[in-house]
Amino acid sequence: MIFTLARKELRSLFASPLAWVVLAVLQFVLAWIFLMRLDSFMELQPRLAQLANAPGVTEVVIAPLYSAAAVVLMMATPLLAMRLIAEERRNRTMTLLISAPISMTQIVLGKFVGLVLFLLMPVVMITATGMILKVGAEIDFGLIGANVLGLALLLGTFAAVGVFASSLTRQPIVAAIVALGLLVASWLASLANPDPSSLVQMISVTRRFESFNAGLVDSGDVIWQLLATAVFLVLTIRQLDRDRLVGQAI
Amino acid sequence: MQMLTGNLSPSEGSISICGIDLVDQPVAAKRHIGYLPEHPPLYRELTVDEFLRLAGRLHGMARTPLQQAIDSVKARCGIADTGKRLLGSLSKGYQQRVGIAQAILHDPDVVVLDEPTVGLDPIQIRDIRSLIRALGEERSVILSTHILPEVEAACDRVEIMHLGRIVFSDTIAALDEFTRGLALQVGFRHPPSSETLAAVPGINRVEALGQNQFLLGRDPANDPTDEIVRRSVLEGWGLYELSPPHSRLEEVFVHLTRDESGA
Repeated sequence: MIFTLARKELRSLFASPLAWVVLAVLQFVLAWIFLMRLDSFMELQPRLAQLANAPGVTEVVIAPLYSAAAVVLMMATPLLAMRLIAEERRNRTMTLLISAPISMTQIVLGKFVGLVLFLLMPVVMITATGMILKVGAEIDFGLIGANVLGLALLLGTFAAVGVFASSLTRQPIVAAIVALGLLVASWLASLANPDPSSLVQMISVTRRFESFNAGLVDSGDVIWQLLATAVFLVLTIRQLDRDRLVGQAI
Repeated sequence: MQMLTGNLSPSEGSISICGIDLVDQPVAAKRHIGYLPEHPPLYRELTVDEFLRLAGRLHGMARTPLQQAIDSVKARCGIADTGKRLLGSLSKGYQQRVGIAQAILHDPDVVVLDEPTVGLDPIQIRDIRSLIRALGEERSVILSTHILPEVEAACDRVEIMHLGRIVFSDTIAALDEFTRGLALQVGFRHPPSSETLAAVPGINRVEALGQNQFLLGRDPANDPTDEIVRRSVLEGWGLYELSPPHSRLEEVFVHLTRDESGA
């Protein structure tokens, strides 16, 4: 049932130009970064060769690609998520889902899974871009694996925040701004306050990704990221249930 | 309507569909309902076939029976040739039919239709009404509408709600009885004065509809018909029309809601 809904969301995403534009722009930006990084790696290579424990091509070229993707997708996910619930409300199609014999949890998870499946596409694309280097260099697959896992978990949290923002309103653009505000505020706050024990760092959505980006898979980070995702999904379900009690949000 | 289909939670009381409580077991209860809201819930970017397939899967139908069900409801609702068209490009009448098709696709025991003929042209309205009639033969159909002739044309039972309370609840046949006890439309070639008419026992209200026609409000207990005929013959009023008013339900509706708000 969840996958029926997820498939419908994917179909609707691809029926609009937004999804295609996001994918194209993302790939263009990342390809640019990839080539710039590769260029500077070529310049640095003679000097790196003299170091005892020099960083490899994966660390210098591919890992920054993932952190760039994290930032770009932080901007793009709210735009992709904004329609999920807000537009169903505005077009009054939500009734179809609510009157069907499925629970609110399934509706929310269906939409979330649909969005996450879409967001995994850029992850695959980035990984494929990095793999090109296999032609002429040794690649650290462990580091790439940590990055893929970290980015996928991070995108899950982004998607959950986006879905939650979409459940608060019936104007998609308002939902996008709310989600963008939440994510960027958390990101900027943690940039401005680097003390790792501070509260800002504790609740920072993006900080956990930094250790994945460096190749460190900490089960605590995995659990934190999954919990953050779950919290926003539960909030969404509660929000929709509340709507049924008091009528729909404006 | 929204409460019946789980879109709004009741603040008090309970709802059961086919004996299953909607609040306790929402999923099981909703399996028995097909719902067409006032505004058909159509995804504009899907085609008719895609949309019906989605609606069927949401009700947990398997692939083969679903395909058969889609073919049969499309034939019933007169949308057999529109399968490949986008919902957004269909006319209002066709969208309404797809909405009905979606509501009956999974063969529910109860079909809830909210204002199904709003915004349609007269021919489409007739088609949809006969479709609703046919649906009513085989399952329960709950039809909500503000168009009173539609109720007379399509329903067996009427419930009139005013300010959230049921003010009338009975069959159409009983409604006929009820209206007969309310008003009478009469026409005379040589009409007497309104005062003379009002003095006839059993008449409590006289309203002139034109030169020769009157709408008489009557006492439910005391039928003035015989008296009117007798006086007409005796005094030469030239009675040529004597009938219950045409828009019977409308009369009841106005009567009931006005009484309520006056009380």
